[in-house]
Amino acid sequence: MASALIYSEEMAPTFLICVPLHRNLCTMKKLIKQIPLIFCILSIISCKFDTEVSKKTIEGKEIPIDSTIPGDPKIEAFIAPFKEHLNKTLDSTLAYNPHVLSKGEKGMNTGIGNLMADIVMKQATPIFKSRTGNNIDFVLLNYGGIRSELNKGPVTTRDAYNMMPFENQIVIAELSGEKVEALLRYLEKAKSAHPVSGIKIKMNKEYKVTSAMINGKPINPEQNYFVATSDYLQQGGDNMSFFSNPVNLYDTDYKLRNAIIDYFQKIDTIKAKQDDRFIKE
Amino acid sequence: MKRRNFIQQTSAASAFVGLGGLSSLSFSEATKHITILHTNDVHSHIEPFGPDHHRNPNMGGVAKRAVLIEKIRQENPNTLLLDAGDIFQGTPYFNFYGGELEFKLMSKLKYDASTLGNHDFDNGIDGLYAQLPHADFDFLISNYDFSNTIMDGHTKPYKVFTKNGIRIGVFGVGIELKGLVNDKLYKETKYLDPIERATDMSTILKNEENCDLVICLSHLGYKYDSEKVDDHKLAAKTENIDLIIGGHTHTFLEEPTIVKNKADNNVMINQVGCYGLYLGRIDFYLNGGKPLAGNGKSVEI
Repeated sequence: MASALIYSEEMAPTFLICVPLHRNLCTMKKLIKQIPLIFCILSIISCKFDTEVSKKTIEGKEIPIDSTIPGDPKIEAFIAPFKEHLNKTLDSTLAYNPHVLSKGEKGMNTGIGNLMADIVMKQATPIFKSRTGNNIDFVLLNYGGIRSELNKGPVTTRDAYNMMPFENQIVIAELSGEKVEALLRYLEKAKSAHPVSGIKIKMNKEYKVTSAMINGKPINPEQNYFVATSDYLQQGGDNMSFFSNPVNLYDTDYKLRNAIIDYFQKIDTIKAKQDDRFIKE
Repeated sequence: MKRRNFIQQTSAASAFVGLGGLSSLSFSEATKHITILHTNDVHSHIEPFGPDHHRNPNMGGVAKRAVLIEKIRQENPNTLLLDAGDIFQGTPYFNFYGGELEFKLMSKLKYDASTLGNHDFDNGIDGLYAQLPHADFDFLISNYDFSNTIMDGHTKPYKVFTKNGIRIGVFGVGIELKGLVNDKLYKETKYLDPIERATDMSTILKNEENCDLVICLSHLGYKYDSEKVDDHKLAAKTENIDLIIGGHTHTFLEEPTIVKNKADNNVMINQVGCYGLYLGRIDFYLNGGKPLAGNGKSVEI
């Protein structure tokens, strides 16, 4: 007895045909003709059976790529010319810094913070002016955004990358006088040397703002101000919520890091230092 | 069983019988072993961290990764190498060369596929497009509609790889770009619901492409407390995915996570932090085989 499962073209229910092996030659021939089909069908049964019983086991782990693994010399050789060019550019001198500028300086402003805020003012003003006809009134960055100190000596592109490793761009938010007041309240709570430029702020011992002058004048609650900052802070970074929903928002498409590099290229010696722009009694 | 599946199996079975004869009728097949190697959020970290780095001294580096991958490929030639996105941005190599070196090195390491991360748009969709000639591997992303962009036709929703007779379906899902990436950079890329797309892709791979394994390359993120879609929600709301290789959240896991899918089956989620500090290794043993390596987290799926 041989049996075969026959599938109809329409995939109708399957049925079984029994063929007595020794009836006659004709039947045998038919059977021989069907052998490939029989094998085929048996294979399917076997496949299906495997699928039903087969188990899948999954095993996973994290392999540290540490000092025990040597580097592939071919890959290292491929990287080498890229690395060389990169380092040459990164380490080429752009300017000279006569004193260490560190964010560790005491007080409500630091030499390096002043440098960064002044760079934003100097580099973004011509762009903003040419596009809108307006001037930037003042700049506010964040203390946490100063990512490294600037050593004494030659200043390189690498220093700019260290100071500003992120891709943040300079934006200008047009803020109402009320929002600028909220900005001052933020600074009172923050008690931090957030870098500024173009604004002069005095605080008492309790960190209350006693005077805030923009372009030599006190803040007018009826007036709007153009405040340059980074897109990160404008979008609520460091909880600077007063930057949200500004009257207008202007993109410069100018990265902070590129502004720093461009400024370093322009000047010979960095003159930034602590001053009286933001002080506390 | 769908008719199309029957026909595919019939022709495959006939061919098999023709070549192998009766031996193919054996009811127990040998264990098949597939290895998946993966990275995510490498962020242009070409070189290893320096010996003085405060957190990761001497770790990472593409040249070291190459040696490790090659060693594993020699152990098991049935290996796939995948990346879950954010190849770009993080070192001056990207700022200087725009991703050229990253793609060239991934091609040299013979990556099989990658999905896209939000930072892969950092030089704009044009910046990504410009580097495509340097990538000898496919970009798999099923929930970004690039029809109105220059990337149209340059990515695939999924790809099926066959290793040692095992069909491995890999598809990609990406994070919502709005709010993460400046819209001027991603232009008219449309974001589609990742769960819906993952459901469609995994169903196609399982039922139409007859894949034995279905792998999702995800740049959604490991887990959020909010409603925001993540790899855990993706696993729980689908039923045909075996493995999710994640990214975006730079999550370092001690070992892969096992969660239950919609049909109460196990799904593995793995992610290897960032910067190429670790290589993820997943081993699949099919047909009742037991894990051979034995020192990772192992589960039946």
